[in-house]
Amino acid sequence: MSERRAARPPETSARGIAERVRDGDITAERAAREAFVRGDDARVGPDGLNALLWTDREATLDAARGHATESDFVDRGDLAGVPIAVKDNIATLTLPTSCGSRILEGYVSPFEATAVTRLRNAGATIVGKTNMDEFAMGSSTENSAFGPARNPRDRSRVPGGSSGGSAAVVAAGMVPIALGSETGGSVRQPAAFCGIVGVKPTYGRVSRYGLVAFASSLDQIGVFGATVDDAAIGLQTIAGRDVMDATSADVPVERYVEASGASLAGLVIGRPKEYFPDFLDARIREKCDRAFDAFRKLGAEVRDVSLPHTDLAIPVYYIVAPAEASSNLARFDGVRYGLRVPADGLAATYEATRSRGFGKEVTRRILLGTYVLSAGYYDAYYKKAQQVRTLIADDFREVFASGVHLLFTPTTPSPAFPLGAKADPYEMYMSDIFTATANLAGVPAMSQPIGAVDGLPIGGQLIAPHFDEARMFGAAYALEAALGAEALR
Amino acid sequence: MSTMVSAPAGWEMVVGLEVHVQLRTRTKAFCNCSTEYGAAPNVNTCPVCLALPGALPVLNAHAVELATRAALALGCTVNPMSVFARKNYFYPDLPKGYQISQFDKPLAEHGRLKIGTNAEGTGITVGITRVHMEEDAGKSVHDRYAGATAIDLNRAGVPLIEIVSEPDMRSAEAAGAYLRTLKLILQYVGISDCDMEKGSLRVDANVSARRAGEVKLGTKTEVKNLNSFSNVERALALEFARQTELLERGGRVEQQTMLFDQARGVVRPSRTKEGSHDYRYFPEPDLPPLVLDAGFIERMQTSLPELPEARRSRFAGDYALGEYDVDVLTSSAELADYFEGVARQSGDAKAAANWTINGVLTALNASGDDIDAFRVRPADLAALITLVRDGVVGHSAAKQVFAEMVRTGDRPEQVAQREGLVRVDDDAALRGWIDEVLAEHPAEAQRYLAGEKKLQGVLVGFVMKKSKGSADAKKVNQLLASRAQG
Amino acid sequence: MAVTIDDVKHVARLARLGVTEERAGELVAELNGILGHMAALEKVDVEGVMAADGVGALGMPLRVDSGAPYPLRHPLDAFAPATRDGFILVPRLASHEDASEETE
Repeated sequence: MSERRAARPPETSARGIAERVRDGDITAERAAREAFVRGDDARVGPDGLNALLWTDREATLDAARGHATESDFVDRGDLAGVPIAVKDNIATLTLPTSCGSRILEGYVSPFEATAVTRLRNAGATIVGKTNMDEFAMGSSTENSAFGPARNPRDRSRVPGGSSGGSAAVVAAGMVPIALGSETGGSVRQPAAFCGIVGVKPTYGRVSRYGLVAFASSLDQIGVFGATVDDAAIGLQTIAGRDVMDATSADVPVERYVEASGASLAGLVIGRPKEYFPDFLDARIREKCDRAFDAFRKLGAEVRDVSLPHTDLAIPVYYIVAPAEASSNLARFDGVRYGLRVPADGLAATYEATRSRGFGKEVTRRILLGTYVLSAGYYDAYYKKAQQVRTLIADDFREVFASGVHLLFTPTTPSPAFPLGAKADPYEMYMSDIFTATANLAGVPAMSQPIGAVDGLPIGGQLIAPHFDEARMFGAAYALEAALGAEALR
Repeated sequence: MSTMVSAPAGWEMVVGLEVHVQLRTRTKAFCNCSTEYGAAPNVNTCPVCLALPGALPVLNAHAVELATRAALALGCTVNPMSVFARKNYFYPDLPKGYQISQFDKPLAEHGRLKIGTNAEGTGITVGITRVHMEEDAGKSVHDRYAGATAIDLNRAGVPLIEIVSEPDMRSAEAAGAYLRTLKLILQYVGISDCDMEKGSLRVDANVSARRAGEVKLGTKTEVKNLNSFSNVERALALEFARQTELLERGGRVEQQTMLFDQARGVVRPSRTKEGSHDYRYFPEPDLPPLVLDAGFIERMQTSLPELPEARRSRFAGDYALGEYDVDVLTSSAELADYFEGVARQSGDAKAAANWTINGVLTALNASGDDIDAFRVRPADLAALITLVRDGVVGHSAAKQVFAEMVRTGDRPEQVAQREGLVRVDDDAALRGWIDEVLAEHPAEAQRYLAGEKKLQGVLVGFVMKKSKGSADAKKVNQLLASRAQG
Repeated sequence: MAVTIDDVKHVARLARLGVTEERAGELVAELNGILGHMAALEKVDVEGVMAADGVGALGMPLRVDSGAPYPLRHPLDAFAPATRDGFILVPRLASHEDASEETE
């Protein structure tokens, strides 16, 4: 499988496609058609990877044709004609937005997410909506109401989650860029499992308007790229202040592609010991050491550091996220949209609709979240968790204030696991141990391939201070170039 | 308002009020939908107030300004940082499944409101516990369709403030005075139209009873469904009577929600079980804390108009008006402004007060118009007062001039000229009218000229009528008298 | 603070989730299993630590009180389960009071 990626022709990169479209070599319509062909070849649909849930080829090709005529600007954009897939929890106007849930099956949003608008304004064509764990709750895409997605590297294994469908369509070569969403690692972990690049920007960097909320204080739209460059182009297009989101930050956005070729001389990269625990797979440790060597050769200093509250991230995360989710998912009541299961009276209709509409994991988390917020437990659970969250954020603040520019860690404690391997919820939750910290602290982080174990990709994670995505991309570009084909071995 | 209800003696009523007020904004609290009242169902809705998946709230700056001004007008300390919270519960007209409100860090706290003066002349004040911002829910219509409840979300997301008082009121009348004072202030400051019929002011009352002299508070009940100030007073009296009778019999008051049933004139327990509410408040993660700097709060403070209490004492002092006049003239900021305009421009506060109360208010009551739309502007009324003072227009003619000004909006000089209402004191003209009147009423003329003096008033009246009030009545009297002697 | 079956039923009711007796029993074990891991938080000293409430402590950006309403590209009746005369319909509630009784 890794041969496919190695053999991926540069003209299917975001930059390559946009250049061909801008030069008039191909039309946007042709670029979209080629994406569908690549998708068919890789069997991304329900009969194969089950990565792509909703597509409408004719409408998509029409839209791509429309793009070419409606606006010169769009035709010259960074993403002119670039086919992009979007996670099913990000609102689009023509394709359904079902969040991988029965409760929203068939729902077509009457408004569009800001990130999607920005992609389209840069010339991109949205080719489909991707499979996900229901309401982004999961780490394997097995919690989708529409069946699990599969990992293109090994179809017996999960692609990770919750944005597993987006990771899979990029890894399968259909599109160079896909949007995902992060709450505790839902972009970085599947990127690591599928051997591609996944970025979670700083909280507030990308508008959440149109991203169906799971845990509002943690959620952030993220970008998958086949390469660092693809991810950089994608993120710089969607980033920036949006008046529709009060948590979107008014911080200038750099052109991340310009970080390519940046020197790492003098850069201090921290190696937090808590991310290299004894139980870490020795082969993953080895791949990380190889990456640290590469950083040193590029002129960076690697420094041992400590983020002492790291092991509390999962307990904190699994209180804060379900608490917010229990409230965010209250709107799915069958009154204004989505599934309604009629029953005798309103209360019974609510219960029938929600118990039929939500899957097991979503139900479990709503109950957990309701419990930790309910009278008598708020202080012990929710408030305490939010206080410890402050300590976790302070860890990052302190380490970055000490002269460390970036942190480098493994993205996950293990490579992609087989479907059905993790039946215990908490064991599944532990997939996020190295990623949830960045969501809790709000700092940007990204995963990129740093090698393979038994043919399964391993991801390495860069973590940066708030809004310092540019420096993070600089290191990612440099590491990608330094590792070259090693990144796949 | 007095009530027919009487409670056993020896008990004291303790009342605290929660008042919800709709802020006078153009758009909703968290989206750009119109707050206009009376639109067709669900016309004023959008992704945000329909709580569509992925929509997010962004707070209306003007709502913050109005809420801050209201808090300052009520003497509150405005918190430099306040936090929005989610109040979670399911109801079909609550689209998100939670209401965005403020909980443990409200906009403002620790205010006070003077609601009157007691017999000893000291002010009665009620403490304001807090003022916080929140959003309204939609409307459920239960009786329109068989088997279904109809939901209209036009009101969902309209900005409100909730004003919570301390349990400082000791009678239903005090509660009424608090509400009237509060409403007047909010109207003065332009926070809200406070129209209870449209639901832009709503009241819930917490009431308990304790033995006179007792310091500890009794168990309270919350009385809801109060749709007018007089019903608040009525319901409080009823509930107090119910509680005290219960306590007298050795019973215990159960903490519960009571509903006022206007039709039957009773309060009855709501069937909602107390304690079944668990709102699971937590900080609203879609909205960062509201940070208000000192400069903003200062600007809001200085932008406050003169409040009713200050205005009342100034009117009494500066214009030497009686209590009744002061009360009437300060009953709305617009009316008070109008009066002051007339008083300043005419230089005659007494006349300005009389004209405003007897002329302007009477005309407004008759037409049902707002004073803003009233055609006689203060400068015109002041001009009329000046005309009267200068003797250009007589008192009775002035009333006709005013009526014509109300009808046409024309200046008083124009009206007086056009309608022939300028006072006539020219002997020749007056003699002419007198001659006509004597000719038209030969019997009265004969008796008068024969010495029946008491008919003089009747004849003067005829002359005034003939002259449409413009004749100088004093001169007409003199001329008639000299005719009788002659 | 072990979760009991009554707790599960209580929160299921608060969350308007129909949970069968059998599933409620399973959930007791599952939630206790998950919350057991949260015990790690009990030992952490958070004396004087601010809760991470309100992301971005810089304050809230506000919206001006004007501008066009946000559009709905598909009308309400294109996605609402039941509408009539512009209203959204839900199963009948006799009154507000009955409604809160029924839904609390």
